[in-house]
This record gives sequence, C-alpha cells and structure tokens, in this order.
Amino acid sequence: MKIFVCVKQIPDPNTVESKLDPATKRLVRTGVSLVLDPGDETTIAAAIKLRDSLGNSELTAISMGPASAQEALRRALAMGVDRAILISDPALAGSDVLGTARTLAAALKRENPDLIFCSTESTDGYTGMVPGAIAEFLGLPQLTFAREINVEGTKAVIKRVTQTGYEVVESPLPAVVTIASGSFEAIYPTMKGIMSARKKPFSQLSLSDLGLDPSQVGEAGAREQILSIGKAEARAAGQIIKDEGNAAEIIADFLQRHQLL
Amino acid sequence: MAKTIWVLVEIEDGRPARSSLEVLSKAAHLGRAEAIVLGSAAATVAPSLGEFGAEKVYVHADPTYDTYLTLPAVDTLSALLQRQQPDLLLFPTTYDVRDIAARLSARHNLGLITDATDLRYEGERLEVTVPWGGENVVVATHPYQGTGIVLARPKAFSVERFEGRQAEIEQLTVTLRPESQQMKILDRVEVQSEGPALEDASIIVSGGRGLGKPENYRLVEELATVLGGAPGATRAIVDAGWLPYSYQIGQTGKTVKPTLYIACGISGAIQHLAGMKGSKYIIAINKDEHAPIFSVADLGIVGDVLTILPQLIEEVKRRKTQL
Ligand SMILES: Cc1cc2nc3c(=O)[nH]c(=O)nc-3n(C[C@H](O)[C@H](O)[C@H](O)COP(=O)(O)OP(=O)(O)OC[C@H]3O[C@@H](n4cnc5c(N)ncnc54)[C@H](O)[C@@H]3O)c2cc1C
Repeated sequence: MKIFVCVKQIPDPNTVESKLDPATKRLVRTGVSLVLDPGDETTIAAAIKLRDSLGNSELTAISMGPASAQEALRRALAMGVDRAILISDPALAGSDVLGTARTLAAALKRENPDLIFCSTESTDGYTGMVPGAIAEFLGLPQLTFAREINVEGTKAVIKRVTQTGYEVVESPLPAVVTIASGSFEAIYPTMKGIMSARKKPFSQLSLSDLGLDPSQVGEAGAREQILSIGKAEARAAGQIIKDEGNAAEIIADFLQRHQLL
Repeated sequence: MAKTIWVLVEIEDGRPARSSLEVLSKAAHLGRAEAIVLGSAAATVAPSLGEFGAEKVYVHADPTYDTYLTLPAVDTLSALLQRQQPDLLLFPTTYDVRDIAARLSARHNLGLITDATDLRYEGERLEVTVPWGGENVVVATHPYQGTGIVLARPKAFSVERFEGRQAEIEQLTVTLRPESQQMKILDRVEVQSEGPALEDASIIVSGGRGLGKPENYRLVEELATVLGGAPGATRAIVDAGWLPYSYQIGQTGKTVKPTLYIACGISGAIQHLAGMKGSKYIIAINKDEHAPIFSVADLGIVGDVLTILPQLIEEVKRRKTQL
C-alpha cells in the first residue's frame, strides 16, 4: 500500500509561545527554534505501525513549507518514514486552510495514495480543517479523530473519539485518516535511523510542478484575513498563600464565603 | 439589510444540542437565523427551534444522516447553497460539525474562521474575535463578498429564549446519493462517568501530573463527589493513560465554564488555560509558587496536593454536616 503522512514544521511549542507578526499578521518563524509538530510525531508513529503490520507498503511524509521544513521531514525519515516530499514556493507564503489543503491535495493526487494520515490538528494553528479539506479536494472519505486504526482488505476501520466515548467507523480505501493526539506511543529516532535518513529519497516540488496557479494559494488566494491583533484581557490576580498546615481551612472558608458548599 | 445566518443544529438524545442552541441564539442577535436540522429525530426537534431564535428551519428527517458521517450532510448543505446564498454559516465546534465545515469550505471555496469567541457586523464587514495563544486575540474577517463559515467555540454564547417566536418549517426533498454513504458508524460506545457531565457541572475538580500516580486521582474524584461536582484532567495525564479522553479539559479537550474550578497539581499550560479560564472562581494547589496556574487563580495555595486534598475532603464533609 502507498501510505502518506502530512506533517508540518512549527515553532517549538515547548520553548516559545507562537506569535503573530503585527505587520505581516503571519506566524513568526524567524529567531525561534522550529520543530516537527509534536502532534505529527504521534501520527507518524501510527502510520509506521500500520505500514509495518501491513507489510509490502511504503510510507511517504509530505510537507508544505519554507526550505527550513526540510529539517522536520528529515526527522520523520529518521523515525522510520521511507521517503519525503517538500512543497516549497514563495507564492505559498500566507496560505490559509484552503490554500494549504489545495496544495497538499495536488501533490498527493499525483501519487495515487491508498491512505493519507494527518494529525487531527496542528499545534500552532489548530484549526483542524486541513485534513477534511484535503479529503474533499481528492474526493475521498475521511476518518477523523482516530485513536485506533485497522485495515481489513480494502476497508479501514477506526475507533473515533467522541465527547462521551468512541464510535467504530468504517470506510472504503483510499481514505484520509486523522489521528487523535496521544493515541500512539512516540517513536524516537535512533542513531542508525538518523544516519539512514540521509540516504532516503527526498524530493522537492514547486507550484508549477503541481500545476497550481499562484492566485489559488498563498496570500493571494486566502479566504480569511486577520484585521488586527490585540491583547487578551487578563484575569485579576488573586491571593497566593503558602500552606502552613491550614490550607484546607483556607479553601473551605473561600468556598463558604462564595456559597459554594 | 438583515444578514441571513444558517446554523447547523445537531441532535443529542432526541433534543437540540446545547452547543447548537448557543450558536443559534447568537445568530438570532446578528440577523435572521435559519436552522438546518438533519437526521431521524429532525422533525420532532424542528418546531422547538423558533423559541431559540430560528425564523426558519430546514428539515430532512432521514436516518441516513445518523449512520453515515459527514458526506450526506455536506451534500445537503451544498444543495441548499446552490439555491440560496446566506451571508454566513455559523456552526458550533463539535467533532461532526468540524468535519462537515471543512469539506463544505473546500467544495464551495468558502473562507473558514475557527475558534470564534465573538462576532459582529461593522456595517457590511463581519468581524470575528479569535483568541490566539495565551495573550492575544485577533480580529479576522472573510475578505470577499459572499458566504463565509465561522465555527464558534463552545460556551462562547449563552442559550437564550425568544418567547413566542415560531419558525417557518421547510421540509427538504433532497435525494441522498449512495456514493456519499461511505463513512459508516458500526457501533457507538459510551464510556460512563459518574456525577454530572463536565460541560454541565457548576463545580469541577481537576487533576494533573502533580498527583504523581494514577491511584492518587481518586482524591480528585472524592473531592468532586463531596462538592457535588465533576472530575476533570489535563492532557498530560490523559495521554499517560490515567483517564479516558472525555476527562480532558483544554484547547484540544473540553471547554468548561463552571462557577468553581479547583486545579490540583496542574501547571497551567496555555493549552489547559484555554479550556477553563472562563470559570468564575479558580482555586489552584501547586507546590511550585511560580506555576503559571497561579496567574489565573483567585485563591492559590502553594503546597502539596497529596497532603492538602485528604484534609480538604474531610473539612468539606465536616462543614457540610454543620450547614
Ligand atoms: C497542541 C497542544 C494541545 C494541548 N491541549 C491540551 C489540552 O487540551 N489540555 C491540557 O491540559 N493540556 C493540553 N496540552 C498540554 C499542555 O501543554 C501541558 O503539557 C499539560 O496541560 C500539562 O499538564 P499538567 O499540568 O498535568 O502537567 P505538568 O505541566 O507536568 O504540571 C504538573 C504540575 O504539578 C505540580 N506538582 C508536582 N507535584 C506536586 C505535588 N505533590 N503537589 C502539588 N503540585 C505538584 C508541578 O509543580 C507542576 O506545576 C496541549 C499541548 C499541545 C502542544
């Protein structure tokens, strides 16, 4: 089977809070450390697990981003992905959900995938809309919020997380599958993995390779626009008390004072 | 001219979902609210929607929508969009609706703004408020004429009654295509939890990694029980497998707005704060005086949860018998 996983490079959520540039209103990517989205690490782990259980399958990671996004793809290769594709073009800067999905879908279409994995949402943008839009552009079914996936013949069956439990959902292949965060054990690249990643196939595509018009993507094609960026209202600071053995009483007094008992 | 706003209303246990009604009420304030309700219980739900602000309700009472995810609903909305051009599709953020909105956006090239906590029209221009990170809010719009989509964050708006309003009801006669019956629900499994549901609880006691090990989560549950509240959790302990996902509060979990939120051994990462900082009162217990959770707490206790929780459970029990 031809399995794909869509990944993204983002500012490291563990060291920096993602910021928007007030002038361009885009995500600040300079002067911050960039990493493979931690959510995508789970998704890659899910895809690798499935590839290995199916046998005779190839797993390709695909990303849209600036040249620096190579690093994220290298990490995916080091984790065990077989091949990588980077779509990079100046005209893609400022792409919204639709521009991103249109671009990824165009690149995926050329490959005739059987299964496309995405994370449920990215850690920096977290709209969660790209996978569904990719599925629509490709005319494929989408299996979302999966915490488990099994392929049986030409069908995929997932456990889909819901507000109150889960659903068992089945769909024919090819399909787009989104993986819920934390559902799969992470895979850490080994030294051997890192070494072998350098020799794995890595291709780069531009917009013209995909036959896309610059007016459909990037800022030119954006269907949403940020008008302004402001400060959120802060909560008034409360009282901080060090426990000296009477914390339970202090809390109970607070509860009683506010009629919460 | 009044704006026409469509709201997709979901059904839960035979009733309109609260997240849908929140959005419907908001739509009714912004302009002319029209609801779309699909599925086998649609016909019974439809007549009640006037009271929540709908001027008109489109109904398709077909069980196909209950069994097959996303595509039948997208087809139906798509057919409606070919007939009429509303100004806005204002939808609740739920699992199913997110999937529907993403496809609809791609199919009709509709701009999509997610996670809205407020919206208004400035003249002809729609302005949508979206929180960004911990400190910022952005105002976004659809930079073109024509229909756009906005997904509202749960609890951003309150459910209101529009006494005496009667919605006009239109039965839809679309034929559902077999090609769109692909993502089939084979089974639905409910994971039972005791006490009130997180979304409805007026008191929530929530635990994080500071509890040390899964067995200690019982202290959180016990305090929730004596206070008549619901237990919640951070993603750290959900990911670690202590609890099912349904307990998770935060950006990628539930958004809650209880009267009281007690955070036990929770650091207060922005992704967690995103789901609970709308609570009326926040109490935090954490042994690290620099923990970010204290920046939103009305009462912060610097101390050990494992010592304080058992004492607090006893103290609450004692005071309750005295009241
Ligand atoms: C895209 C994305 C989405 C996310 N979504 C969510 C989400 O929806 N919800 C969510 O919660 N998180 C979410 N997170 C994770 C979030 O960033 C934090 O990692 C998580 O909230 C931390 O959980 P925690 O507070 O339990 O653990 P920690 O951050 O490890 O904090 C534990 C705290 O316990 C304190 N402590 C330790 N021992 C004791 C003791 N004995 N007594 C008292 N205090 C003690 C420590 O001082 C510390 O502050 C998300 C992250 C990302 C990247």
